[in-house]
Amino acid sequence: MSAISVRNVWVEFGDQVVIENLNLEIASGSFVSVVGPSGCGKSTFLRMVLGQDRPTRGALLLDGRPLRDEPDADRGVVFQRYSVFPHMTVLANVVAGYEFAQSPLLGRLFGRAKRQAVEKAEELIEAVGLAAHRHKYPLALSGGMQQRLAIAQALAKDPKILLLDEPFGALDPGTRAQMHALLKPLWARLGMTVIMVTHDLREAFGLGTRVVAFDKVRHDPQAPGRFGARVTYDLDLTREGPVPVLGFQKPPAPQPLVASD
Amino acid sequence: MRRAMNVRPAAGARILLAIIPFLLIAVVYVLGSAERRAANPNDKLLPPVSEMVQTTTRMATEPDRRTGEITMVADTVSSLQRLALGLGIATLTGLTLGIALGILPAFNAAGGSLVAVISMVPPMAILPILFIIFGLGELSKVALIVIGVAPPIVRDIAMTVQAIPVEQLVKAQTLGASTWQTVLRVALPQALPRLIEVVRLQIGPAFLFLIAAEAIAADSGLGYRIFLVRRYLAMDVILPYVAWITLLAFLMDWALAKLARSAFPWAYAEERR
Repeated sequence: MSAISVRNVWVEFGDQVVIENLNLEIASGSFVSVVGPSGCGKSTFLRMVLGQDRPTRGALLLDGRPLRDEPDADRGVVFQRYSVFPHMTVLANVVAGYEFAQSPLLGRLFGRAKRQAVEKAEELIEAVGLAAHRHKYPLALSGGMQQRLAIAQALAKDPKILLLDEPFGALDPGTRAQMHALLKPLWARLGMTVIMVTHDLREAFGLGTRVVAFDKVRHDPQAPGRFGARVTYDLDLTREGPVPVLGFQKPPAPQPLVASD
Repeated sequence: MRRAMNVRPAAGARILLAIIPFLLIAVVYVLGSAERRAANPNDKLLPPVSEMVQTTTRMATEPDRRTGEITMVADTVSSLQRLALGLGIATLTGLTLGIALGILPAFNAAGGSLVAVISMVPPMAILPILFIIFGLGELSKVALIVIGVAPPIVRDIAMTVQAIPVEQLVKAQTLGASTWQTVLRVALPQALPRLIEVVRLQIGPAFLFLIAAEAIAADSGLGYRIFLVRRYLAMDVILPYVAWITLLAFLMDWALAKLARSAFPWAYAEERR
């Protein structure tokens, strides 16, 4: 289970309000796409769930308990860039996740433990289609392959929550479509909660079971930092969902489905 | 005609171009030396190459009558020992302190400005203090090299670690890494190629401090010898010694460059030829 509750969260940097009074209940296993204009606090929201930033006021709960205020293995992440370690090969990048857990002192495994970790890692690398490149360094990979590696790496720890910060923003449309085709079954199989920040509305609606739009509703021309962003649209894309899409009731579905398209 | 910045010499031409300036210097020296000898047979300033070869052979092969040791070998050994100790200690200090400063904000807040101030202390100015505290033995010379060379290494490594994208540090934490594991598996490996680069850059200063310390108080060493024979205007000793020191420093630099490229191929993947 990995339901996230966001309760009355405010984020302020100095006298600039970034997010004002955010309330969200994210069900376990849902795929939430977060959209909105640049600078409206989408990434701040993601970093807050990640534990990298802290809310100024309010609380974030994971299954009813406060989220740890620093990143941990419960929450995997894929950033737009710099997500993988440039000094490790593809294989080592994924194996590292297992090594951190099992070898507190050296952060490295040897012998049988290492072989087991390598086996598990190779399965993941295979799943994201990088088997042929397992001994290459990330610099030798294309942008799409690097992001696939980042996904494999994030999945290695079997996180409860997967956070994606514009993961495919720097990819060409073809590669992006490939990444969507890769990610969706992975999510459906592993059943973790996913929060994805994106600029691409097609991507947001294509992948998500719920789309949340952030925007600033109030503007003070004399004090641009006075008001922060809040949720302006919250669309449930599952057929059974109670939230009407754009004001229209959804037709009843013949059977419960997760997919939206 | 292509722009000058786009003209790239081929491999053969590159070697030829590299040799030409050395040849020019050699020719100028030989001509100048011959010119001065013709005017004054006792000239000591520009000794002919044959004379330097003769002196060097004597110093590098025959044992000294007083000490029984081969002078040049003994000098080289004692100098390199001091240099290796000094550079080694400075490198280790630089690496540990630099990584700690770079990755721990609290340590940086406490020690960052101290390091910034200490690195501005001119090492030569505190050489007398070192002589007073550590005596005239090996320790003061090694200490001078460490004090002169460590601060730039500390600062450089700290900056290198700080320049690691925060995404990578967060990523390591989401993979379950502790601070220590992040240092060991993320910060250290990414600091090492830069460490080798910095040590390469510090070979020059290290020799400077070594020779300065040896010139003032020592009983053997390359710098000691040069300053000893200076009294007799023995350019036939000084010039080969300078060339020898230069060669040693160049070889160290070259070896480190090779080491960095073979040990950390990922760091040089995008190097411009």
